[in-house]
Amino acid sequence: MKNIAKHIYTALIFLFLYAPIATLMVLSFNASKTRAKWGGFTFNWYSRLFQNEEILEALANTLLIAVISAFVATVIGTIACVAMTGMKKRSRTILMGITNIPMLNAEIVTGISLMLLFISMGLRFGLGTILLSHITFNIPYVILSVMPRMKQLNPSTYEAALDLGASHVTAFFKVVFPDLLPGILSGFLMAFTMSLDDFIITHFTKGAGVDTLSTKIYTEVKKGIKPEMYALSTLIFVTVLILLLLVNMAPTKNKTPNYGG
Amino acid sequence: MEKELIQLVDISKSFDSQMVLDELNLNIHENEFVTLLGPSGCGKTTTLRILGGFANPDTGKVIFDGTDITRIPPNKRQLNTVFQKYALFTHMTIAENIAFGLKIKKKSKTYIDDKIRYALKLVNLEGYENRMPNSLSGGQQQRIAIARAIVNEPKVLLLDEPLGALDLKLRQEMQYELIRMKNELGITFVYVTHDQEEALTMSDTIVVMNQGYIQQIGSPESIYNEPENAFVADFIGDSNIIPATMIEDKLVNILGTRFACVDTGFGCNKPVDVVIRPEDVNLVEPQQGKLQGVVTHLIFKGVHYEMEVMAAGFEWLVHSTTLFPVGKEVGICVDPFNIQIMNKPESEDEEAVAIDI
Repeated sequence: MKNIAKHIYTALIFLFLYAPIATLMVLSFNASKTRAKWGGFTFNWYSRLFQNEEILEALANTLLIAVISAFVATVIGTIACVAMTGMKKRSRTILMGITNIPMLNAEIVTGISLMLLFISMGLRFGLGTILLSHITFNIPYVILSVMPRMKQLNPSTYEAALDLGASHVTAFFKVVFPDLLPGILSGFLMAFTMSLDDFIITHFTKGAGVDTLSTKIYTEVKKGIKPEMYALSTLIFVTVLILLLLVNMAPTKNKTPNYGG
Repeated sequence: MEKELIQLVDISKSFDSQMVLDELNLNIHENEFVTLLGPSGCGKTTTLRILGGFANPDTGKVIFDGTDITRIPPNKRQLNTVFQKYALFTHMTIAENIAFGLKIKKKSKTYIDDKIRYALKLVNLEGYENRMPNSLSGGQQQRIAIARAIVNEPKVLLLDEPLGALDLKLRQEMQYELIRMKNELGITFVYVTHDQEEALTMSDTIVVMNQGYIQQIGSPESIYNEPENAFVADFIGDSNIIPATMIEDKLVNILGTRFACVDTGFGCNKPVDVVIRPEDVNLVEPQQGKLQGVVTHLIFKGVHYEMEVMAAGFEWLVHSTTLFPVGKEVGICVDPFNIQIMNKPESEDEEAVAIDI
């Protein structure tokens, strides 16, 4: 009896969480244009989506920004982690706190402040400004995922590499980097995902005429909801879901070394 | 004695105003097994790190084979280190681990393969080339760490508590293995440990350290039988450390009774400390002993019985294969050559050293 109640409760939670998305996904395959009735199964909206050049351009922008911003953020974030490991505990804790603030900060505040900064610097709004802001908000996510690996490292392995004749650079790339790689990869994927589905910050830092998928959907929806948008949203949801699954699976593969006898 | 290979000259080192090493001087000879022994925080690991190049001394020099290497980075030194937690590269196979140093030195493939085979044979792990480090036990990982270090043909191997993470049985096995490897390789070993038994078993020379100072340098026998101060006596094995007065050469007053001894040159009526090892205290019938006492504790230790005897106001620790039950009255005898006389600590520093353990 207790068990059944437990299952029903869980089912209810999942229903409330995923019912809206499920609705959206079902509607994206609905042949009828009205939301009220089911007119049969179709891929029509998906094919219409891929014939819409504005949307394809937005998709290209989104992917470009996500890849570049995730890559740059991963490089900067990893270097930051290496540097922070060499610091004294006190300064490291303070710096970690500072890097965490942007993640907790309301996105609208980040968006507006970046916009103001770009205006005061006299930058022209466009892909470049979107890219800069995405790199900015991605760095903390990379640090968050690389730092734990960094702490797990046996500091002696780096010294062992030096001891065996390796230069500092060789020691880092041959010994430290491979151990950090799972963290770096999941940091990259995390940053990629964050960039992919960001709307608010992009909205404030994009120029006129430049759109990413999320801002494109927003503009389209204002004009009236078309079923193509259901298809697009479904695709974004599935992509993000897959990426998140990858992020969560990556770190479990590499276990901590066993020192026991 | 073979020729001197390493000289540490007036090495001082402090971390955040805390003195770790204070004007340390040490000479290490070719083909010597030197053990730095002491409690944690005594500066032994720091000394090893200075030798390996991972720490820079504040003052002083490290001379290696006649050349000053104080400022030479670790990757340019002819020494290799075996780290406490093995520090194997977990993403590489055993063969790749061992080949790491040789590949950096751009040795030929056949040379490297020969070396890997030789090293694995030396550490008794033939056929492990393609295993991953995490699939090996702690003892095996430690052997690989040694193999990885010695293929580079260092003149000196530095070992930082390499057996610390292993269980007792394995540790004893590895002690014999290490002695065998050292004899086969014919190179100098500098070994750091806090385990006095390990030090006594393996070393040619033991350097006892405490609070950044060297307390005594000597062979295992001399360190054990003739400790120079109370710290060394207490750190190496169990001992009875008794305040006494040197009456004259070869005669000492211990707890009000005169004992013959073999030490000379301490002066007349001078306060000293006396060390008597528990196995050197002979228990006899009360009337035959120089001191009379009562057994207060008795523990069976396997090889011998450990007893505590209250005599002349001092609790004597006694090891004997003969059993004397608790409450029995006994006499105490000590042979003259088993009484080791030590000077009282002179400075307050040394005194603190003696008490602070």
